[in-house]
Amino acid sequence: MIDTHSAAPAATVVRRTKRAPSKGWLFILPFLVVFVAFLLAPLLYAGYLSLWTKGLATGTTFAGFDNYTRAFGDPSFRKGLWFVLKFSLVVIPLQIIVALVAALVLDEVTGRLARFSRLVIFLPYAVPVVLGALMWGFLYSPSFGPIEQIATAFDVRAPFLLSQGNIFYGLLNVVTWQWSGYYMIIIYAALRSIDSSIYEAARIDGAGARQIAFRIKVPMVSSALVLILIFSLIGTLQFFTEPQILGPIANGSVTPDFTPNIYAFNLAFRYAQFNYASAISFSLGFVVFLAVAIFMVATRKRGSIFT
Amino acid sequence: MRPRHVGAKLLLLAMCAYFLVPVWWLLVASTKNAEGLFSGSGALWFNGFHLFENLGDLFSFNNGEFLRWLGNSVLYAFAGGAGCTVISVLAGYGFAKFTFRGRNAVFALVLGSVMVPLTALVIPTFVLMSNVGLTDTIWAVILPSLLSPFAVYLMRVYAAASVPDELLDAARIDGAGELRTFVRVALPLMRPGVITVLLLSVVSTWNNFFLPLTMLSSSKLFPLPVGIGLWTQLASSNNAGGQSLWNLIIVGSLVSIVPLIVAFLTLQKYWQGGLAVGSLK
Repeated sequence: MIDTHSAAPAATVVRRTKRAPSKGWLFILPFLVVFVAFLLAPLLYAGYLSLWTKGLATGTTFAGFDNYTRAFGDPSFRKGLWFVLKFSLVVIPLQIIVALVAALVLDEVTGRLARFSRLVIFLPYAVPVVLGALMWGFLYSPSFGPIEQIATAFDVRAPFLLSQGNIFYGLLNVVTWQWSGYYMIIIYAALRSIDSSIYEAARIDGAGARQIAFRIKVPMVSSALVLILIFSLIGTLQFFTEPQILGPIANGSVTPDFTPNIYAFNLAFRYAQFNYASAISFSLGFVVFLAVAIFMVATRKRGSIFT
Repeated sequence: MRPRHVGAKLLLLAMCAYFLVPVWWLLVASTKNAEGLFSGSGALWFNGFHLFENLGDLFSFNNGEFLRWLGNSVLYAFAGGAGCTVISVLAGYGFAKFTFRGRNAVFALVLGSVMVPLTALVIPTFVLMSNVGLTDTIWAVILPSLLSPFAVYLMRVYAAASVPDELLDAARIDGAGELRTFVRVALPLMRPGVITVLLLSVVSTWNNFFLPLTMLSSSKLFPLPVGIGLWTQLASSNNAGGQSLWNLIIVGSLVSIVPLIVAFLTLQKYWQGGLAVGSLK
């Protein structure tokens, strides 16, 4: 494309490509305006804010990277970061396994049950995250949730899934429930687009259903799996809504520094520390970028599986 | 071949049960009054039928606060979602069908922006908006909702796959301008993709929590998720009067999820195909 532009082989081509550039920009212009106004400008402004510090007595002074050294040494930030990293390591494989198994089964089984299941598994995606979290919060509730009632019927004490020790698992379940269906649909769509004559060939070569699933289907949807992994990594490191919503009913398990995003939110809007809050969210952005970059390099090396 | 799939079908049934439980519980709990809700038995089965009573209470509580939130949600979702769709479809088409200097660099920037943490955007946007006096207005929610890098990505892939260059060239040779070519030739071909993007952006605005939570302070501008979040805080902070509020929260949650479920069910032909395209790249 760029070659034709610079080499300019024939007169007609030159005229068309010369006319096209300005028109192309026109189509993108409205988006670019929004992009600059609500992404680039705020981001640069946050970067600027993070380099200053505001003291009661000293006023606003230039701090350089002091806020960043403070952030990475801040036990609150480190604790929150450790939590989301740990959470990602468990929740991402879990979601992908649930989504992949569901998609593989739905690709194999046909009929009314399969069609119904596909919709039901996807259903949580249509439920606002706030309400998804709230519904599970109700189900966990010791005063009117079924978990407690079932446990009482068997004369045992049910674990409160939002207590300090259990909230990791309580949230794990909420997130898996909310997002697996969306990922399932993406994998399912990729599976549907595989030419089924490949399966015939494999069957003739003596491959069973399991072998076809793991040796052919899974590798062939690997690009969809990579996409999902990256989405879910970015989303999980920015964990905010679910713990924020479950906070009031979790009896203090959700601390103001529970995740980096919650910490930055509280710093900014509870304590009006916009400078330090900006530094915290930039540090988080740096970690997200690093995690995605590491993941991309790691998957590219194993070119035989992920390409 | 039947017996081979028995295991698979049992697995599907188990999955359906898991994914339906919260919604089922919500449906059942919406029909109970406060007494039935806290009676301590049979959370997953009906106990009296008070759905219409609860709905009445919901819409009249605090001078019809809930109805107002519902209206706000509809306004934000449609203004933000429709605007976002128009902008993203134009941009996706522009990226897919024109070559110009800097295209790849700009597109890489757009894709990379998906990694920016929400707080890194919302905090400075809040400060900038409050400088121009826009915080606590509907614009503080609608304007930032117009931005969706993922929608642009989806539309670029979709336009590249569904609109042949030859067709565009033919229209141009016939003397159609670029806008006319886009509206008459490209847009009809991209329809399923457009509907997918519209649905996804309406849903993400409808579900948005963080942005309105920070931008709005007067409760009469709240959308549903923020309003229900407010009720939850009220209900859990005062345990005595909180019981009846839990009923409202539950039936209010049901009312908030029904429109989206209906939208997804009726439009499933479109989004299933549309989502597929995004993953094939």
